Amino acid sequence: MITMGIDMGSKYIKVVILKDNKVIAKSNVLAGFDVKKSGQEAIDKALKEAKIKKDDLKKVISTGTGEKLAPFYDDTKSVVGCDSLGAVFLHPATRTVIDVGAEEGRGMRCDETGKILDFEVNEKCAAGAGAFTEAMSRALEVPLEEFGALSLKATEEIPMNAQCTVFAESEVVTMVHNKVSKANMAKAVHDAMSSRISSMVRKIGFDKDVTLVGGVAKNVGFVDSLNKDLDLKVIVPKDPEYVGALGAALSASGWKGGK
Amino acid sequence: METEIKYPTEKLKCWNKAKEIRLKYYKDYAEAHDNGGLRWAGGAWTFDAIPAGLGDDVYPITSEPYGATIAFDKDLSMKCMEAAEKEGYPRDLCSYMRNYWGSIIIDKYPFGYDDKGEFVPRFQGAKPLGFPKPDFIWQDHICCSHAKWYQVVSDLEGGIPMFTVDNAVGPSNELTDSKIKYVVEQLKDGIKFLEKVTGRDYNDELLYKAIKNHFVSTSRWAETCELNKAIPAPLDEKSIYSLYVLGTLQKAGKQVADFYEKDLLPEVKERVKKGIAAVPNEKFRVMSDTQPPWSFLSIFRYLEKFGCVSIGSLYTFGLIGQWEEKEDGTWGAKTIPDIDFSSRDQALYEYVKYELHKPEWQHFYSCHLKSDMMIRIGKEWKLQGVMLHYNRGCEGLTVGIAENRLALLDAGFPVMAFEGNNADEREFDEARTKAKINAFMETIGAK
Repeated sequence: MITMGIDMGSKYIKVVILKDNKVIAKSNVLAGFDVKKSGQEAIDKALKEAKIKKDDLKKVISTGTGEKLAPFYDDTKSVVGCDSLGAVFLHPATRTVIDVGAEEGRGMRCDETGKILDFEVNEKCAAGAGAFTEAMSRALEVPLEEFGALSLKATEEIPMNAQCTVFAESEVVTMVHNKVSKANMAKAVHDAMSSRISSMVRKIGFDKDVTLVGGVAKNVGFVDSLNKDLDLKVIVPKDPEYVGALGAALSASGWKGGK
Repeated sequence: METEIKYPTEKLKCWNKAKEIRLKYYKDYAEAHDNGGLRWAGGAWTFDAIPAGLGDDVYPITSEPYGATIAFDKDLSMKCMEAAEKEGYPRDLCSYMRNYWGSIIIDKYPFGYDDKGEFVPRFQGAKPLGFPKPDFIWQDHICCSHAKWYQVVSDLEGGIPMFTVDNAVGPSNELTDSKIKYVVEQLKDGIKFLEKVTGRDYNDELLYKAIKNHFVSTSRWAETCELNKAIPAPLDEKSIYSLYVLGTLQKAGKQVADFYEKDLLPEVKERVKKGIAAVPNEKFRVMSDTQPPWSFLSIFRYLEKFGCVSIGSLYTFGLIGQWEEKEDGTWGAKTIPDIDFSSRDQALYEYVKYELHKPEWQHFYSCHLKSDMMIRIGKEWKLQGVMLHYNRGCEGLTVGIAENRLALLDAGFPVMAFEGNNADEREFDEARTKAKINAFMETIGAK
C-alpha cells in the first residue's frame, strides 16, 4: 500500500511517501507566501522521486500548522499525534517526543503504539522555537547552518535572561558591546532556548528514551544544551524534520506500532 | 469529522425567557432613575440580598457579567481596553475590570434604544447610552481585584459612596461561629451605611425575602447542574454559560429564583426523563475550568464535531450554585434551609453561614480544595477528559490551575491546557486552540 504524509509546517512543507511502510520518497519545500502552491510543489517532487502518480496513493494525511491548506488530503491528524507515531516507528522505545519547529515547541508522552498520553505546546512565544535561533544567528551575523557548531566552541556559560525573542535580541546587543565572543553568545542563545523547552517537557514528565524531532534537532548546539538540561542523551533521528510527515504517512497506512 | 447522531435533541423552551430576564436587568438598571429608583454596583459575588432591603426599586449592575457582556461585543471591548490602557491601566490586570473601567472612560453602555425605541444590545443596532452612574457601591472582597476595582470606579465617576465587605475568612471546612459573625457584623454596619447614603429606611421583611430568593437560586442552579450527570447530558456548557449568568446578575432577585425553580429546573428534569441531549452525537464528555474566552465560545461548538460535550465546570457549577455531600457520598444541591426569619441578626447569620460554602471561594484558600472538587465532578459526571484554561484575564481563578492539572492527571483524567483571556481577545489564539483540541480529541479517542 502506498500512502503519503504532508506536514504543512509554518516555514517548510515536508512530504513523505511510504510503500508498505518503507520510505520511497521525501521532499522539503519552503512554505513561502503561497502555501498551497508550495504544497503542490513538494508533492510533485516527492511523486517524481517515487516514480508514481497521484492516483497510486491509497491514502493521504495532512498535518502541521497549515494542514487544511494542503492541495489535497483524505484526513488530517494533529502534529503531536504524527510526531509520536513517526518517533515510535523510528525508535520503538520512545515514550517522550520533543518537537522544535520553526514556530512552536511541543512536548508529548506516548505509548508503544504512538498514541498520545499527554502533551504541551509552547504558545505565543518564539523564544522556544526555531525562529529564535534564526533571529539570533541573524543578529550575530553567523549563517544558521554554522550557528549550532559555533556554540560548541564556547568557553563560558553566560546566562541570557530574556524569555522573549525581541528582548533577547537587545540582550545580544549588550553582549556585543561587552565584547562577549560569538561562540559564547551562541551558547547563551541555545541554553536559553533549551531552558524553555525543557521546562515545558518537565510539565508532562519524561522517561530516558526521549526523541527530538523537527528542524531544530539538526542544530548540534541546541541538542548539546538540551542534553545537559535534561541530563540524558536525546535520540535524534537521521532526518528529524521529516518525522511529522512520516507519522502522517504511517497514520494513513493504519500503522499502530510493532513491525 | 461528523459523528453518529445517537440521541434526540431540541432547543430549551425557556431560552428566550432567560434572554428577556437578562435584557430587562440591564434596562431596569439604566432606567432606574426615571422612576425614582436607585442604582447600585457591586460584584457578582456580593451579598446582594442586603441592598434589596432598601426597596423594590433598587437595581444592581454586577461587575463581572458586565465585563463579559462588553467582551462579547468585540468592537466595543477593544475601545474599552484601549481607553483603559491609555489611562495607564496595564494589560495584566483583570480583563473584566478593564472593560468596565473603559466603559466608564468612554461613557458607553453596551445597551441602548434602537430606531423603534426598543431597548437592545449595541451590536443589535442600539445607539449606546452613556454609562449609568451607580448611586452607591456594595462590594465584597475575596478576589484580589474586587475592592480595588470599585475604588477606581468611584475615582473615575468623581466619587461614589462605597462599602466593601471582607469575606475572605477561610475555607468552609474550617468555618467557625466567630468567622461567620465577623462577616455578619460587617453586613450590619453596611446596612447602616446604606440607610445613611440613600436616606431610606431599611426594610427587614424585604431582606428576608431576598435571602430566601438567594437560597432558592443557588440551590436550584446546583440541582440543574446535577442533572447533567445524566447521559446524554441535557445541557452543554455553551448553553450553561447563558443560564448561570442570571445568578451572577441577581441571585437574590425573585425573577432569577423563580426562573431557576419554575422554568429551568422542571424543563431540564423533563429533558433527562425523555433522554433529550444537548449534543445529539454525544460520545465523549469533558469539563472546562474558569471563565471561557467569551469572544470565542465557538470552541465549545467545535468539540461537538467530535461527538464531545463539555458538561460544565466547577466554575459554572460552583460560582453561583451551592452544594453539599449527600448521604450516598455524591455531590448534590445544597438543601434549602427551612427557617422562618424573626430578626435581622438571625437572617444575616443564616445567610452568611450558607454563602461561605460557595465552591468557587474555596480555592482562594487552597488549590487542593479545588482539585478535590474537580476530581469529584470528573468521576460523578463520568468524564473522559478536562480542558483547563490558563486565563490571563483572571488571576484569581487561574492561580493553582497548574496544580489542578497534576492532580487531575494523577486521578487518571487526560488534561488539555490552553492559554487565553476571558475578556481580552488579543490574548486568545483560536486557530492554535483548535489545533490543540484536535490533538486532545485524539488523546481521548474521539478522533
